[in-house]
Amino acid sequence: MEVGQMQRRLIEYTKSLFMEGILDDQFLQLQQLQDESNPDFVVEVVSLFFQDAEKLLNDITRALDQQSVDFTKVDAHVHQLKGSSASVGAQRVKNGCIAFRNFCEEQNVDGSLRCLQQIKQEYYHVKNKLEALFRLEQQIVAAGGSVPMMELSF
Amino acid sequence: MDAASAASSSIKGVMENVEQPHVLAVDDSLIDRKLIEQLLINSSCKVTTAENGRRALEFLGLGDDQSNTLEGRVSKVNLIITDYCMPGMTGYELLKRIKESSVMKEVPVVIVSSENVPTRINKCLEEGAQMFMLKPLKQSDVKKLRCHLMNS
Repeated sequence: MEVGQMQRRLIEYTKSLFMEGILDDQFLQLQQLQDESNPDFVVEVVSLFFQDAEKLLNDITRALDQQSVDFTKVDAHVHQLKGSSASVGAQRVKNGCIAFRNFCEEQNVDGSLRCLQQIKQEYYHVKNKLEALFRLEQQIVAAGGSVPMMELSF
Repeated sequence: MDAASAASSSIKGVMENVEQPHVLAVDDSLIDRKLIEQLLINSSCKVTTAENGRRALEFLGLGDDQSNTLEGRVSKVNLIITDYCMPGMTGYELLKRIKESSVMKEVPVVIVSSENVPTRINKCLEEGAQMFMLKPLKQSDVKKLRCHLMNS
């Protein structure tokens, strides 16, 4: 595949992630912060998000598994996950966290467990999508092309 | 070039004649520290980050075990941006400590939070915070802040 085709494919792929609500405007903000002096910014921040999210999902799972669930703790973890997902533009994960906090307030274990499942699914979904996006970018760069900038209006 | 980018490049032009503002950014989230740092660097600011209130106070020379030496008489920073929700010392508590200091109280403090809680916002503004902003911050938010700094 030649570079132009790869670039178009990347743009279409990225657009689809926005259309499906998997990513939101904050991801564009991240991309705009990346430049020649800072070429790996997006991958770095997203990698931090992956690490943070996986740790938090484990912490939440463990906390919900206790005989007597400490919802203050669970809520604190969910708050953190909400923050980091919001910061990278992982919209569905963020929205899952917002819903989760309601169950925490109600001290609802079943609701929380269901929500956790949902968030895990959304997390792995966005992780797969972003990893595929980064692979597409790498292929373009390896072929000697430059990664096209997403435009804000589409 | 459209109007927005023309304005921003003229701001950048003026900024070249002004000393690079030094901003202290405080947030317990590493991701948010990286973000705010890059946003500020892109607005031609010099940035120091701190992961909690205690470290922020130490950097400012206001730590519990630090004495107010003559060197502490001049503020190292032009602006402090702090997250509200932090374990240990909240952004509000950090704001209070800064406003209690004779050296630091003139430094503008901006509180950021992912939550839009009016009582929280009012509390911070009453305690002397310059501004309250919602996270996640965008480049346009930081540009606004930058203009604010230039006018003070």
